[in-house]
Amino acid sequence: MADTDQSVRPRRAGVPVSRRVLPGFGLSLGVTLFFISLVLLLPISGLVIHTAGMGWEKFWFVVTDPRVVASYKVTVLAALAASLFNCVFGLLMAWVLVRYEFPGKRLLDAIMDLPFALPTAVAGITLATLFSENGWYGRFLAEFGIEVAYTPLGIVVAMAFTSVPFVVRTVQPVLEELPPEDEEAAVSLGASDWTVFRRILFPVLWPALVTGGGLSFARSLGEYGAVVFIAGNSPYVSEVISLMIFVRLEEYDFAAASAIASVVMGASLLLLLAINVWQGRYLKRLHGGRG
Amino acid sequence: MTIEIDGINKSFGQFQALRDIDLTIPDGQLTALLGPSGSGKTTLLRSIAGLENPDRGRILFSGEDVTGLHVRERRVGFVFQHYALFRHMTVSENVAFGLKVLPRRERPSKREIRRRVHELLEMVQLDHLAGRYPAQLSGGQKQRIALARAMARRPEILLLDEPFGALDAKVRKELRRWLRSLHDELHFTSVFVTHDQEEALELSDQVVVMRQGGVEQVDSPLALYSQPESRFVFNFLGQVNALPGAISGGVLRQGDAWVRLPESCDDDDAELYLRPHEVRLTQEPSRDAHLPFRIEAINVIGAEVRVELRPDGWESQELWEVGITHSAFNARQPKRGDRCYAVPDVGHLFCDHLSEPKTLSWYEAAG
Repeated sequence: MADTDQSVRPRRAGVPVSRRVLPGFGLSLGVTLFFISLVLLLPISGLVIHTAGMGWEKFWFVVTDPRVVASYKVTVLAALAASLFNCVFGLLMAWVLVRYEFPGKRLLDAIMDLPFALPTAVAGITLATLFSENGWYGRFLAEFGIEVAYTPLGIVVAMAFTSVPFVVRTVQPVLEELPPEDEEAAVSLGASDWTVFRRILFPVLWPALVTGGGLSFARSLGEYGAVVFIAGNSPYVSEVISLMIFVRLEEYDFAAASAIASVVMGASLLLLLAINVWQGRYLKRLHGGRG
Repeated sequence: MTIEIDGINKSFGQFQALRDIDLTIPDGQLTALLGPSGSGKTTLLRSIAGLENPDRGRILFSGEDVTGLHVRERRVGFVFQHYALFRHMTVSENVAFGLKVLPRRERPSKREIRRRVHELLEMVQLDHLAGRYPAQLSGGQKQRIALARAMARRPEILLLDEPFGALDAKVRKELRRWLRSLHDELHFTSVFVTHDQEEALELSDQVVVMRQGGVEQVDSPLALYSQPESRFVFNFLGQVNALPGAISGGVLRQGDAWVRLPESCDDDDAELYLRPHEVRLTQEPSRDAHLPFRIEAINVIGAEVRVELRPDGWESQELWEVGITHSAFNARQPKRGDRCYAVPDVGHLFCDHLSEPKTLSWYEAAG
């Protein structure tokens, strides 16, 4: 309907193409890029350079070592399971925190961030103690024949614990902004509660959930402190990538360590980039672009 | 479908939003719930829809008690103030939603749904926007889509919450006319909430004036305007000129101003209310009224010239406003600061000891 042609005016020669209203663009972007270079790009390029020094053949040999490949599998599967669990549980937590009023809500909200604040080693040791055969949870679970500590399942538990705030904190604000009228409209049109969730709430929450899940997954890939204490670390079964890197470091094989590290980093970077691109497209559609 | 509201009460914490509302909304008519903000009109509308559960009282649709019925079973169409369109669905998906969520045995076939959506979009004259997303529509278009969506299941009751509140004046007027003609064509029972008295009077068959959670007056627009039952309704519906004073010996007096009442009245404190068209402006006071003014402002835009008057030698809370024809204005050419007198033709007297106002006419007395 809107006639956009009218708003397009011919540009006058000599006038700079973009005149920004907000000042400080040059400075703030400069500081940002400088900082990112210092703390991110420089170490990363160091890593790449270090790795590049070893040559393709050796690189390939190191990163395809059967024990390392087994650790990829364990790590990726565990991280996948943990982030899926977090998507469900995190959504539930965010829902409870946004939609209901109950005593202690503020406290619960604050506790949500605890996994970030807690040193990961402390988390790992605590979880290992709780889930060990004599621990509070472990004893109970043992009755059903479920072993958590020192198995791949333990890795999942540790990963889920350390990364759940990612999902809660990305979903929460989106849920808060959701107008209650949307749900009321759907219900007044005859939709059941489940339909309202599936057709109205979920499509709006979906991007945030994917972002949260993706962050949770990326964090889990690199988790070390919490995992090593509960994983048991038996080769080919419950060794994670970060442990493999640490093992190479202990052997003073820095090149091999950085080779494995670069694989993890590359995977994480690709994943985060993909999520960003996909989400950009999805949100554009919601906000009026012709997606 | 007739809607009967029987002794509804609703509180939010300490705040009583609705108190003892009894109301009948006739079948096939367009009823307006009119009142200032906080008067409970939206709460009443939401209670009819089932989006709000009253603490006490019953709601009946065609004699059938629906108080305990969930929103989704009441089968009413509800249009929200801010449209509440589903952002992630296209216009046609939005309109089809009510049909697609029907239980399988009631749900029309896919082709039938497509046909119905097409029909509804034609009804709101927006068929060409079927593939757009809500973010790509203007406010007026969104409102019409919201209406089409609410009508998808052919509800017999349509409820609209401030349907034109968020639109600019011109679109508003257009949409108002369009809703009126749609209603005349389809004859559903509709109730809409508004705080705009002009909108309520122009659009509806019946107006319910609400105040502080209660019903103040229910009447046709004409009756409401010509025979308001209370000072509140009088004040709320349009411009009003007031002469507060005291009656003694059949004369209402305050300062230099006095009006001889055509009917006998007990001595009491009273207030005379006059609409701008119920007053004439003259150079000299009449036999029955002495209401001196100074002209404060003159507005020539519109069908009438509106003259604002400041009481001279007496007081009223607000300036008076009187309308005179353009030809009368041109003949006399009054200027700001001129002294003039108001002569009432018809007035409404609110005596402190009477609950109902008395409508007075000076025509016979003058004749």
